[in-house]
Amino acid sequence: MAEDPVAEPMLPRPYRVLEVKAETADVTTLVVAPIAERPIIDAPTDPRPGQFNMLWVFGVGEVPISLSGLRADGTLVHTVRSVGAVTDALSHLAVGGVVGVRGPFGTGWGVESAAGNDVVVVGGGIGLAPLKPVVEQLLENRDDYGHINVLVGARTPGDIVFTDNLEQWSRLGAGIDVEITVDAAGPGWHGHVGVVTDLVARAQVDASRTVAFVCGPEVMMRFATRALREQGVPLDRIRLSAERNMQCAVAHCGHCQLGDVFVCREGPVLDAARLLPLLGVRGR
Amino acid sequence: MFAYRTMVLAVPAAMAETGLAMLGEAPRTVVIDRDGLQALLEALGARGYTLIAPTVRDGAIVYDEVEAVDDLPAGVTEVQGPGSYRLSKRDDAALFGYAVGPHSWKKYLFRPETVLFRARLDPDGGFVSSRADDGVAPRYAFLGVRACEIAAIDIQDQVFLRGSYRDPDYGSRRDGAFVIAVQCGEPGGTCFCVSMHTGPRAESGFDLALTELIDAQRHELLVEVGSERGEQILGDVPSRPALPGDLSAARAVTDDAASRMGRTLEADGLPQRLAEVLEHPQWDDVASRCLACTNCTLVCPTCFCSSVEDTTDLTGTEATRTRKWDSCFTLGHSYIHGGSIRASTRDRYRQWLTHKLSTWVDQFGTSGCVGCGRCITWCPVGIDLTAEVRALLTPAGASEVLP
Amino acid sequence: MTERSIRDLLGDHPFFADMAPEHLDLLAGCGRNEMFPAGAALAREGDSAERFHVLRAGRVAVGIHVPQHEPLVIATLGPGDVLGWSWLFPPYAWRFDAEATQETHAIGLDGVCLREKCEADPALGYALMRRFAQILVQRLEATRMQLVDVYGKARDG
Repeated sequence: MAEDPVAEPMLPRPYRVLEVKAETADVTTLVVAPIAERPIIDAPTDPRPGQFNMLWVFGVGEVPISLSGLRADGTLVHTVRSVGAVTDALSHLAVGGVVGVRGPFGTGWGVESAAGNDVVVVGGGIGLAPLKPVVEQLLENRDDYGHINVLVGARTPGDIVFTDNLEQWSRLGAGIDVEITVDAAGPGWHGHVGVVTDLVARAQVDASRTVAFVCGPEVMMRFATRALREQGVPLDRIRLSAERNMQCAVAHCGHCQLGDVFVCREGPVLDAARLLPLLGVRGR
Repeated sequence: MFAYRTMVLAVPAAMAETGLAMLGEAPRTVVIDRDGLQALLEALGARGYTLIAPTVRDGAIVYDEVEAVDDLPAGVTEVQGPGSYRLSKRDDAALFGYAVGPHSWKKYLFRPETVLFRARLDPDGGFVSSRADDGVAPRYAFLGVRACEIAAIDIQDQVFLRGSYRDPDYGSRRDGAFVIAVQCGEPGGTCFCVSMHTGPRAESGFDLALTELIDAQRHELLVEVGSERGEQILGDVPSRPALPGDLSAARAVTDDAASRMGRTLEADGLPQRLAEVLEHPQWDDVASRCLACTNCTLVCPTCFCSSVEDTTDLTGTEATRTRKWDSCFTLGHSYIHGGSIRASTRDRYRQWLTHKLSTWVDQFGTSGCVGCGRCITWCPVGIDLTAEVRALLTPAGASEVLP
Repeated sequence: MTERSIRDLLGDHPFFADMAPEHLDLLAGCGRNEMFPAGAALAREGDSAERFHVLRAGRVAVGIHVPQHEPLVIATLGPGDVLGWSWLFPPYAWRFDAEATQETHAIGLDGVCLREKCEADPALGYALMRRFAQILVQRLEATRMQLVDVYGKARDG
């Protein structure tokens, strides 16, 4: 048989944990580097924002986690929210610990395709994780893009991730607006209170030249998309990141199907024009 | 209209390699008798193939290892209907006078349970992982592969071999497999391959294809050669050239089978038509009968869903990941943290049926159904996919005519 | 900014988008420019609600006073928003506190004056009422989403 470019997609490769950063009480960022000689499985392309890796904790299990940062040196950055056995085990890894990695898989956000346009980035909760490398890519190629709106929602001030980055971006001044809102404020919070869709409704958006990247819980993405549409942004210029049960990540296991879409292969990033009708069929 | 089976007629990669294309002219045909069939089995055994064929076990015709023609289900047929299956005696001693039982060849190519890898912790805290079998796959000769099953194998090839990622375990088993088709003469009560354009006659996808010619005067098998590998092995089998009468007799066998299908399914335009009835009340109706037992997906020769299970040994230094057949009828199939997307049986039956007959076409270019009828026969409550489709295509509220 | 008339400022505000010019003229007659420094109160629960505020710049926190506690902020409002509908209904008293968290510029519209004009001109009353109804629906929807707690762990396994 002809040699396939990805002959062993199911074999995790060992990576060492280089850095651990507690983002919030239940969100952790891990920076990992390959142990073996092969930095990453024979992936067809370099990692892109919006793609994900399967992270495996020895003997516990495997979960899909999107890339929350891209580095040129082959290290991987992942931000994990502890919601189950595997993510909990990942969150408790210490520097020097080992994690298995398969990937990267899936489509990216297609940031480059927004060149020449304004960009609205809407992240809800941990949904900001796959969007962080989007903003970083925009800023690295600043001249290619127009105005940037970064709109962030979280449940409470303590649940906001990447606060350092957000602060740094907001200090850049002209050309980029960073707005953060929380559903429930506490003492000492002087920022917005309200849902992230309110930020979308209030944002200064030139709909004729805007591409939006949205990630968060499905409900939040639906409402954010509606707010963007009311601003005049067409559905095919709103990109969402779908979440389904991804196990094999190579369109073999069947779990992540959403209508005709294998979310692991055609997604996780999909145009709202494609994704919303699929989400509109309940229980699908 | 969707061209349902065009992909099946394409020569699979494994076939092309064996040189079918080199043969040029019309496939050679010969005729063998029962002794010739035994010689064929021995020739395959001598070449190192493990021979798998239909055989009677526990009141059903199953696929298992056989050694001789005597192991085949001679003089036996099946009576199949929705939720029912039993064997009965034939008036003759035909070796292939039945359709398909609960097994499919899937269990040898896409195994119910496969160890994907084992990993061992290193002293330095890393781990090494390796595929469990290191690529040493058994070489199977499948005897008695029906046209619908060749179509099913081709569909699984599409899933596991022709996408961006190749499944190494499936691939190594598939590459080595020697396929001996049997052209159907005795369709089952739940068969509808004619509707799905997958049978009853296999035109390609085999190394050899047999048509059983049996009457009061004779018991012979017409052999069509489908590959160079098939041609070579025939050299070890005593045979006579096929006469025009043999060819027409063989054609009559499958023509007759085509006229006696147990079921029909109106397949034209079905993918689109089903996509338009996702909220039809019939989904609730079928869900009230469906037990979500997963039988239909386990007997289906194309269903490919799997899940993985991680285990460690007692010392915690060796981990094993095992892939097992899964089913979209389980609650866990669509689970993401917090709950399952397809929470009800209605959701899951709809997923299964619309995937089979509608979205599969979008994903892979062919239907996911080959019309073998197993899901109907082995449904414990006798849900008939063809009847459900008819009801779904009846506008809601209109009176339905169910068989 | 000081150069522009109240009539023009109202006309540019999204709350009054597509408002008939003659109605804008009427409204402008009830309006005044306002500036609130950070920390200034725009409303206090129980006080007479004599006006509403069309926000042009800055930020206002709407909250509930809790004894021995910092104010509980329910929502923040900013440019493009309006604050206050208590002037519309008896007993014309504020239901919540509202405080500028930054220097805030607004146009204050006199409620008594407006109510009289709306009574006299039902078309104006309807146009205004429709806009307030929309704001109420938006706030209600946002409140529901906050209640749902979309990021919540309750939903996670």
